[in-house]
Amino acid sequence: MISIKDCTIQAGNFKITDINMQIPTGSYGILMGKTGSGKTTILEALCGLRKVSAGTISINGQDITKKRPAERNIGFLPQDIALFEHMSVYEHIAFGMRIQKWDKKVIDDRVHELAEQLQIKHLLERKPAGLSGGEKQRTAMGRALAVRPQVLCLDEPLSTLDDDTHEDVINLIKAVTQENEVTTLHITHRKSEASLLGDHFFELCEGRIIQHQEAFV
Amino acid sequence: MSKAPTNVDVTSKAESVTTKMRKVPSDKPFIFGLAFIFSLYLLLILGMLVADANYTSFADIAKTLENPNIQYSLKITMLSCFIATILSIIVAVPTGYLLARFRFPGKAALDALLDIPIILPPLVIGLSLLILFHKFAIFGTSIEEWCVIIFTNIYSFFTGKAPDFSVGVTYKVPAIILAQFSVSCAFAVRTMRNTFDQMSPRQEQVAMTLGCNRSQAFWLIAVPGAWRGILTAAALAWARALGEFGPILIFAGTTRGRTEVLSTSVFLEISIGNLEGAVAVSMIMVAIALAVLFLVRLIDGRKGGLYDIN
Repeated sequence: MISIKDCTIQAGNFKITDINMQIPTGSYGILMGKTGSGKTTILEALCGLRKVSAGTISINGQDITKKRPAERNIGFLPQDIALFEHMSVYEHIAFGMRIQKWDKKVIDDRVHELAEQLQIKHLLERKPAGLSGGEKQRTAMGRALAVRPQVLCLDEPLSTLDDDTHEDVINLIKAVTQENEVTTLHITHRKSEASLLGDHFFELCEGRIIQHQEAFV
Repeated sequence: MSKAPTNVDVTSKAESVTTKMRKVPSDKPFIFGLAFIFSLYLLLILGMLVADANYTSFADIAKTLENPNIQYSLKITMLSCFIATILSIIVAVPTGYLLARFRFPGKAALDALLDIPIILPPLVIGLSLLILFHKFAIFGTSIEEWCVIIFTNIYSFFTGKAPDFSVGVTYKVPAIILAQFSVSCAFAVRTMRNTFDQMSPRQEQVAMTLGCNRSQAFWLIAVPGAWRGILTAAALAWARALGEFGPILIFAGTTRGRTEVLSTSVFLEISIGNLEGAVAVSMIMVAIALAVLFLVRLIDGRKGGLYDIN
């Protein structure tokens, strides 16, 4: 369960207060809201990339408010994908596991398992410069899921994709997040995307979180 | 209820838009203007090189290269520029990263302080180094003397005997390296700061969510991602070190066959009235600089620019 309680987050002159949000374990939460309303700021605070000046954030009952990003076990897929230009697709997926000193054989098996799920097995030796938008998204998804995170944070992951690729990747995200049993928080502007993927719907409106029963515009 | 637009309405609207289109002046005068200003500066540089080349010949350059003093000078130049560049990069990469990624009290003042070696006249840098090493005492001993003590002890520790050569910094080869480093490092720091400023921190943040601490994110993500900037900083530091003269003159001296580098060789050749020799050494410097800078451009591989000029 992702639980954000009475959080205040300050980003320069921008401040969001009294953020409250709960997403049950294994569920898919959707966060929507106007551009500049602070959706990414909430996601960054959840990942530990931005300090929370008040309130608590916990995952599965464990308070992670003061923990560093590396200690939170959260997979993060930012809007600009942020692939590492000098690494191959294989190295991207293996990166987190290598940092966490997993066994070599386990790393290799996990890379191939995810590459199979994400349909990028034929791209494992390629560098990001030679990948299409959809392939980059899949690589970033593999990188985020490889270390078996408790939570996956997706910041408008499909915003740069064309309509055909968009639909493919939606189906893929749905399948992969279910197979990996990960609790997900996904930021999007598209109602269709939200209704296809989400179980829980939140709107960030004038600095407040409103929960909805279904996807909304 | 409003009426849906017919084909006729749409056509007449399109026509009225067409008639409103204004004729935009050609871009050619602007591009010619840019090219003209560029050409003027290029002409000045080429003019100087052609004038130098006309004043000397391949025979003069070959003869100069046979001179043992110039051979020594060339060797020391290559060695000192290489070490000064490596030291500059070792300092510039972390310093540039610190300034680009972190906020801390007094940052603006420290940032400005780093530009001092760029702003100060080169002779003042040399003079400042000389005063620092000889007039600034730590526990009653000058830095120069500390360097001698430390080096002598290290040498004795490894060889079991006292060094049988002159030890120290000032007026010796280490002074050349230090003088070159003092200036070239400032250029490298500025380049690295700009490089990291332009790089999004997102890659490093993603790496941190995957288990990296800041140090790992720096070494595994930021540094490899900044390789072009590092290459540019190294090229700039190397070129700056090659052309350094003032600080070397004051801090290392210009002793023939001891603390002579190519830039001071030009000065020495002029001082003995051998203008042909000075020009020949200058042409050797130009050739080395062009070769290294061209190599760096090749490794970089970027062509740059957005538009073709047809």
